[in-house]
Amino acid sequence: MAELNTGGDGGGKGGKVRSKKQNSKVDLTAMVDLAFLLITFFMLTTSLSKPQSMDLALPDKTKTTDDDKNVKVDEHRTVTILIGENNVLKVFKGFSTAPLAGPKTYAYGKEGIRKELLKQKAEVKDYCTNTLGKPDQGIIVIIKPTKKSNYKNLVDILDEMAIVDVPSYAIVNEFDETEKKMLAEAAQPK
Amino acid sequence: MAKVKMSKNATSIDMTAMCDVAFLLLTFFILTATAKTPEALPVQTPNSTVQTKLPDTDLATITLGTVEGKDQAFFGVLGKQIRIRTLELMGEKYSTSFTDEEKEEFSRIESFGTPVEGLKQLIAMKNEDRNKKGVQPGIPKDSLNNQLKEWIFNARIATNEVDGKLLAVAIKGDAQQQYPTIKKIMDILQDQQINNFNLVTGLRGKDF
Repeated sequence: MAELNTGGDGGGKGGKVRSKKQNSKVDLTAMVDLAFLLITFFMLTTSLSKPQSMDLALPDKTKTTDDDKNVKVDEHRTVTILIGENNVLKVFKGFSTAPLAGPKTYAYGKEGIRKELLKQKAEVKDYCTNTLGKPDQGIIVIIKPTKKSNYKNLVDILDEMAIVDVPSYAIVNEFDETEKKMLAEAAQPK
Repeated sequence: MAKVKMSKNATSIDMTAMCDVAFLLLTFFILTATAKTPEALPVQTPNSTVQTKLPDTDLATITLGTVEGKDQAFFGVLGKQIRIRTLELMGEKYSTSFTDEEKEEFSRIESFGTPVEGLKQLIAMKNEDRNKKGVQPGIPKDSLNNQLKEWIFNARIATNEVDGKLLAVAIKGDAQQQYPTIKKIMDILQDQQINNFNLVTGLRGKDF
């Protein structure tokens, strides 16, 4: 197919007309290289251009039966994350007035909040299995984003939940006085 | 000693067939690739490691961004028929009627950010003029004039009528957007019993 017909027409005046001994094959290597490069490009762009997304399920606002209101949660199982301004995180365990651990300030990422969450998750698992005797229960994380926090902070924390594999978490928008104080302290420049 | 005869095989492989296949595939991928239309409100989404893809159909996207210090909301829904039906329902609600040409033109707009009152002018504009700065001021979403709520509501009705399915909602927010703005959108959705929605994020490496 790619061979070019370079043979002489043979209609010369008597005698043989020597056909030129040129290489009649076209080297297709470069062309194939280019074609495959472009294929790869288009394949990847078609599948990767679709945006990623994160599922978020929030509790129903309208349905507040008495059962929902009176759920009592063990303070040993809850970890609260306050998302403050300037990428500050405050984390404590249990009640804000008498926290079992913390409150401490953490940074985002692998070395900061993730370490703490993994540690807390293991601790809570241990507590649920050995003290409560309910190995199916786990950590509950309460995420409280302040008005000064931004969307990136929220998504980062939700992502952290997915990475650490926290079974139950909730976004809460109410702050008590102690928590407000904690955030005010965190906002102070050191 | 006798000479070892070299076999006279051709050293070059015939690549014709391979080349044919490669270009066939290339043509296929070029044709199936959809050209990316310029976004009306460009936003920098935050990154996450979660890799859920957005659905291809029956999806409404609310884009949130800040332009010159002001929060703006843009709205877009997938599917031509759904767009047309949504526009009709919005027209009924705000007593504006749209001609068939306007509906057709509107069904080609991916995402828009004008109040209903300014929608006719937007449709009359040329495609390249629409995305100019300051042309689209965002959809009103305050409690007095909550058109965003109406758009979502009517898009849901339209999706149900056209496809008989539930409309999925995605929020595409700018990473630096303040949380109260996002919360407001979540509240609008939750007021309509949409408790499950998607947050559009970029892709982050595994080693984050």
